[in-house]
Amino acid sequence: MESKTAAVSLRNITKSFGPVVANDKVNLDIYRGEILALLGENGSGKTTLMNMLSGIYFPDEGQIFINGKETVIRSPKDAYACGIGMVHQHFKLIDVLSAAENVALGMKGRLNLKKTSEKIRNICDKYGFDVDPDQKIYSMSVSQKQTVEIIKVLYRGADILILDEPTAVLTPQETEKLFAVLRNMRNDGKAIIIITHKMHEVESLSDRVAVLRRGCFVGDMATKETNAQEMTDMMVGHKVTLNIARPEPVNPKPRLKVEGLSVKDEDGIYKLKNVSFEARSGEILGIAGISGCGQKELLESIAGLQVTESGSITYINDDGSAEELIGKDPRKIMDMGVALSFVPEDRLGMGLVGDMDLTDNMMLRSFRNGRSMFTDRKTPKDLAQTVVNDLEVVTPGLSTPVRRLSGGNVQKVLVGREISSCPTVLMTAYAVRGLDINSSYTIYNLINEQKEKGSAVIFVGEDLDVLLELADRILVLCGGEVSGIVDGRTTDKNTVGSMMTQIGGTGHE
Amino acid sequence: MNKAKDPLFHIVKRDALPWYKSLGIRLIAILAALIVCAVVTTILTGINPIQVYVSIFLGAFGTARKTWITFQNIAILLLISLALTPAFRMRFWNIGGEGQVLIGGLAAAVCMITLADKVPNVVVILLMIVCSLGAGAIWGLIPAFFKAKWNTNETLSTLMMNYIATQLVAFYTIVWEMPKGSGKIGIINQNTNVGWLPEIGGSKYLLSIVVAVLVTVLMYIYLTYSKHGYEIEVVGESERTARYVGIKVEKVIIRTMLLSGAICGLVGLLLVGGINHTVTTTIANGQGFTAVLVSWMAKFNPFTMIATSFLIIFLNRGASEISTTFGLNQSFADILTGIILFFIIGCEFFIAYQIHFRKKPERRMIVND
Amino acid sequence: MINLVAFIPRAVVQGIPLLFGSTGEILTEKSGNLNLGIPGVMYVGAISGVMGSFFYEQSVDPADMNGALAILIPLLCCLVGSLCMGLLYCFLTVTLRANQNVTGLAMTTFGVGFGNFFGGSLIKLSGSDVPSIALSATSGYFSKSLPFAGKLGWVGKVFFSYGFLAYVAILIAIVCAYVLKHTRVGLHLRAVGENPGTADAAGINVTKYKYKATCIGCMIAGLGGLYYVMDYACGVWSNDAFGDRGWLAIALVIFTIWRPFVSIFASIFFGGLYILYLYLPTGMDHMEYQELYKMIPYIVTLVVLVLTSMRNKRENQPPSSLGQSYFREER
Repeated sequence: MESKTAAVSLRNITKSFGPVVANDKVNLDIYRGEILALLGENGSGKTTLMNMLSGIYFPDEGQIFINGKETVIRSPKDAYACGIGMVHQHFKLIDVLSAAENVALGMKGRLNLKKTSEKIRNICDKYGFDVDPDQKIYSMSVSQKQTVEIIKVLYRGADILILDEPTAVLTPQETEKLFAVLRNMRNDGKAIIIITHKMHEVESLSDRVAVLRRGCFVGDMATKETNAQEMTDMMVGHKVTLNIARPEPVNPKPRLKVEGLSVKDEDGIYKLKNVSFEARSGEILGIAGISGCGQKELLESIAGLQVTESGSITYINDDGSAEELIGKDPRKIMDMGVALSFVPEDRLGMGLVGDMDLTDNMMLRSFRNGRSMFTDRKTPKDLAQTVVNDLEVVTPGLSTPVRRLSGGNVQKVLVGREISSCPTVLMTAYAVRGLDINSSYTIYNLINEQKEKGSAVIFVGEDLDVLLELADRILVLCGGEVSGIVDGRTTDKNTVGSMMTQIGGTGHE
Repeated sequence: MNKAKDPLFHIVKRDALPWYKSLGIRLIAILAALIVCAVVTTILTGINPIQVYVSIFLGAFGTARKTWITFQNIAILLLISLALTPAFRMRFWNIGGEGQVLIGGLAAAVCMITLADKVPNVVVILLMIVCSLGAGAIWGLIPAFFKAKWNTNETLSTLMMNYIATQLVAFYTIVWEMPKGSGKIGIINQNTNVGWLPEIGGSKYLLSIVVAVLVTVLMYIYLTYSKHGYEIEVVGESERTARYVGIKVEKVIIRTMLLSGAICGLVGLLLVGGINHTVTTTIANGQGFTAVLVSWMAKFNPFTMIATSFLIIFLNRGASEISTTFGLNQSFADILTGIILFFIIGCEFFIAYQIHFRKKPERRMIVND
Repeated sequence: MINLVAFIPRAVVQGIPLLFGSTGEILTEKSGNLNLGIPGVMYVGAISGVMGSFFYEQSVDPADMNGALAILIPLLCCLVGSLCMGLLYCFLTVTLRANQNVTGLAMTTFGVGFGNFFGGSLIKLSGSDVPSIALSATSGYFSKSLPFAGKLGWVGKVFFSYGFLAYVAILIAIVCAYVLKHTRVGLHLRAVGENPGTADAAGINVTKYKYKATCIGCMIAGLGGLYYVMDYACGVWSNDAFGDRGWLAIALVIFTIWRPFVSIFASIFFGGLYILYLYLPTGMDHMEYQELYKMIPYIVTLVVLVLTSMRNKRENQPPSSLGQSYFREER
């Protein structure tokens, strides 16, 4: 393999954002007819590096060679000219346009949508995609959107493909289909780079794996010659145990009862349909499902943020008395004395205010306390200091806007605030998304701590491995309906995976 | 190595600058703008640039009376800017200050005219205060209601409210024409002085200034330390966060616009009851728009607004002095204001971004998670 | 009853400046720029044209005036003037990424001041000995209607009695509608306004599109000002006479849900509302009611604004990045 000319060679690539160095003197080679997995924790600079290849960012230093020739990639246009196409993690599609219009974007010559559609159909036939070129993007499913992205790249004749965490939004079945397509392309002689941090995907798909750590290139090797443990060590830099603690629930009692809950979106489509379950104190209830199949609506309904169609959500006090939560806003729920904490998926857009400092963010939940018309900043300041000390938040100070903190620290601030009120119900959505392994464990520990204190924890996760190790019971959602509830200790990944795609999981092969 | 192909520079976002540096950048921008203003004036009038500034200064502070008027004008502009500020902090683009001031002034005039001989002066003045603030508040409430209920674009709805207010004033101007056919109301209650706001400290200019100082301090406290101020901040930054913590966004929007409109109404009251003793369609004189810029330039900080409104009024007074001396049009002031604004708007770029040249030798620290 | 044959031409004449303004603003907004400076741009466009033809009229004997030059000079001056405003807006909001609302308002302050200042001081500054700016000769060329219009009775009056700029306005609107909907440039422009990040990743030069759309938009809007002075006002400049038409043009953009073709009819409709007060009965000695009738266009705009926001349809939404500046390396 070394004798071939690399399709792409990166030499000493450096890129910083303000004081943060995202890539530091990275060297990397990518060959044709090969799938390279680019592995690294979140924040290790994988996406940044690839964005420089696709012309989104411009490197501060270093050189890029395409087919052995030094090339300057100043814009996505330059990248396309070099045959580089990237499928971004957040789709670069325009919702109000059709698939064909999106594909035609940025091309030259007279606009001829008919011809574009035809060519798209040809590509679909060749790789077995199922996309209608005239369909508007906003009415497409996530996997269809991703397909459009891949078609876009192929349409332009790219032979160096970059995919940034393509499987994050796919079901296991869709993932398999995508992998088959990618293998197909590799055999076509294309160079493929896939960014991921899921070990089993690396193992099943890639030929070679390259690891980044904190913006630096750590090393690369043939996938066959390595294993999950070694790769993890390279990513993290020191040995970590992959085991998550799971203490036995102590004296679980019903805390929250959801019955027949249905929610419709603005278009009148059911996002949740007749959902019933029970969350118990001292227990972690995991919620599994493909992204967008009702997790958000479920949590927001409980938190009083979602208009519901029918059903009931009852909170059961320690003395056995019950209170209905539907029809009450977060403030009313709080006033009723229900200690409900919610760590939402969108940290800076919902849970925290990015431009406010730590102290003011701590106030969000408590600023109404007291009769005075003025706010009390002393208590939140103390709380902020406690959170910073206890959770080891890295911050220049308490008066730093949280937007300036890194993802892991933002999450620590949010979780720290939410658990400070000693919640009886703690809901977390994708609590470790975008966090490195160390931060993730800090969060798992905090959640376990709450469980042991008797909280009813509802944990929405995307990584099945984590759910299976952390949750006592797992509720699987499929298209807004409860597919089933299984015991986290006895079930396995395949069962849950098939339940995610089919009610009850009967379609299991 | 083919460095020639590299872009010469590129732009990166920078971290927060220390306050003295960002202040420095702004001062440089203002200085540059003042130089450009002087050059423009020189080209148009032929006087030398130094003389331009002497004239501007004399126009603003040449005599005791001019100084008082300058301060009074600053007070009025400052008050309107303060009125708009809570809305802006909430990211509600209230460009309806003009209409809210007008309607407040109209309400005061209506009280002065219709109640002149019927109730004691004190009652008239009290009613004027209530009506002006109320009218301004209602003018603020209408767009706020639409925004809260249907998310109607507030920039355009507040703008339309301006013209509706203008036409209402035009309507009453003809109804109460004095003398008939003159097209204006004239000084109201010239002989009885009913409804004229009292002079304080023996100066007819001092009232607005005192009110402005008071409102500045109160507004600062309201925005920075009160729970309402905190709610406004949260709603402005993210409506979803506000809902998440149980803040009723609609309520905050309506409450804040009521306040915003009421203070504009207060300005109308001062203009009609305290300064002009009459009402015309041009009584607000475009200051509702200027105030948007004054408030923005001050980064929505009430105390900084004193400086920004001073800058605008100072130039305005000076420019009208120049145009009077040279027999030019009064709109000269708008041109100078425009130039200053362009420079200040432009300089924000250098505070938020920096231009990065390639191959910078200096290395930076890695900040880890 | 209103005499429609008399009313429609007046409504059209009122509507044409609005049509120029709104077409220009639609183009601008499609690129994601919300240009609140349009009122200022229209003033600058108007006064630039006036200045051009003023100096031309001063420099030649009225008898020697060349028709082509009399039209071309103000036209060119107007386009250059409004182009400068467009460049200024783009430089501040696109290159320097300044707040669009504030920049627009500042441009309106500046532009209106610029127009009124030169409108009021041009005679003094140029040392001429005319009493006021009345460019009747130039205006004659601008408002010349088709020769056969008079012979066609009411058809001629309603459809053919306008100066050439009126037809230019309609033509521009139709061309814009076609370009936006059916060409690659239009597709790219829509993409830039919807999601500049995506457009950029597809290899579209976002900055270039924003500059071009905004500058062309400003030039079109500037023509509205020129039409107003040269045709509607018969070449007489009076300060503040143009009034709030710039703002109405911006409101029209929402009214037409970003469609230049709809704007043709909407503008004329608004033009009608603008002069409706002249046709409504007031009774003797009650001129004050006219002032109330003058509110009608604003109230209608407000109502339409509220109605469109109530009916929240996906296809009728503003370009999603409207009002935001784009920075590629935003994190």
